[in-house]
Amino acid sequence: MSDPIPNPAGSPDPAPQKPPESITDKPTAPPPSTATTTAPVAAVPKPAPPKPPVKAAATRRGFIAGLFSWFALGWIAFTGSMGVMSLGSLRFLFLNVLAEPPSKIKVGYPDAYEDGKVVERFKDQNTWIVRFDGKIYALSTTCTHLGCTPNWLEREAKFKCPCHGSGFYITGINFEGPAPRPLERWAVGVGEDGQIVVDKSKKFQQERGEWTNPESFIKV
Amino acid sequence: MSVADYIRNSQVWKSVFRHPAPRDRRNRVVVMLTNVFLHLHPVSIRKSGIALSYTWCMGGITFFLFLVETVTGVLLMFYYRPTLEHAYNDILDLRHVATLGILRELHRWGAHAMVISIWLHMYRVFLTGSYKPPREFNWGVGVILLVLTLLLSFTGYLLPWDQLAIWAITVGSNMARATPLLGHEGPGASFLTVGGVSLIHNGSDARYLLLGGRFVGENTLLRFYVLHCVAIPLAAAVLIAVHFWRVRKDGGISGPL
Repeated sequence: MSDPIPNPAGSPDPAPQKPPESITDKPTAPPPSTATTTAPVAAVPKPAPPKPPVKAAATRRGFIAGLFSWFALGWIAFTGSMGVMSLGSLRFLFLNVLAEPPSKIKVGYPDAYEDGKVVERFKDQNTWIVRFDGKIYALSTTCTHLGCTPNWLEREAKFKCPCHGSGFYITGINFEGPAPRPLERWAVGVGEDGQIVVDKSKKFQQERGEWTNPESFIKV
Repeated sequence: MSVADYIRNSQVWKSVFRHPAPRDRRNRVVVMLTNVFLHLHPVSIRKSGIALSYTWCMGGITFFLFLVETVTGVLLMFYYRPTLEHAYNDILDLRHVATLGILRELHRWGAHAMVISIWLHMYRVFLTGSYKPPREFNWGVGVILLVLTLLLSFTGYLLPWDQLAIWAITVGSNMARATPLLGHEGPGASFLTVGGVSLIHNGSDARYLLLGGRFVGENTLLRFYVLHCVAIPLAAAVLIAVHFWRVRKDGGISGPL
């Protein structure tokens, strides 16, 4: 950086080349426009020590007048529209319509379920329908360990997770492996047409004592 | 010591800004040279270089529109799926279901405006004689950028996957049939035969390569999508950098040397 002012364009510079020692951090001369607003200051005879230049925008009137210049209006409009578009774009990323399956599913009539049987027909919709001990309930198929999907083993009468070996009774209570808590149950009810409706937007956890909630089972 | 001084003397500040505030001529130069984005721009320019009546700012507006297209295009990509099943409905959803449905229109209007501003930019460059040596290479780069922009418009035209799009691309890509040597209806293709078997036919020519088939179909949609969103924008971005760099190296924006 021996040459302080590289000028690849080679443009004619009206200002004469200053000696290097003048190129320092000295404050630059006030722009000509300030001379009009600071006329009383400028009227001081020249030999007087230079006062720090008062910028036009430093006064309240100057600031307000500056707000209404075309340049400022342009920047305000640009910044404002950019802000609105940024917020709008952020909102744009939140989907208004989802193509996900509904959280409420109909699973047939209560008398179609046999006692002590686990129905796996709705496993791809994340639920087992179980009738056991006079109740019908809907178990979540998500293992409470790390979220894999266990399998119902009919002969051993347990849910067994293939990932890390967690085991659950037909009630959903965990008894082996790393799973820290029982499977969750979805809300169930009987709809107007007599069919069971599983609502997967509500869940009931045994360790919180929520399985006594009447919404978590159907008495049969 | 004021808070401002404390911040300006902190290691974090100094690691980002490696020079004092640009209050004098030397530091104004250093600010430009140490910033990867600013350094593509000349350190100093002629007054005529920022005179709107002289440059019309059409090159700058074109670049601004390129940025608009990039930003809105990335946002649209979050919704649009280039498949026969989804493409058309995703475009409708972008307009009617998504919040700020105007984004898709902005992308389209921006594309039209970009083509117009490029023509005006070239017109200005022609009128001011700025294509003459030593700037003739940059004129060539600019012509390639024009072609890339037109190709962006062409590939983007197919993506809504409505009747207009499909038939426009069908008609437009028919030009590729007539490519010399490489199009099966073009001049010279009939000479490329081996033992009477034609090497260039409608299953092996330039149009087949472009469409990914003998007619506009799902492969075409995927190809045009990848070209529109990745390949052509990347090429354009690189050439834009070269274009700006050469503006600087060839003596600044227009004007006599």
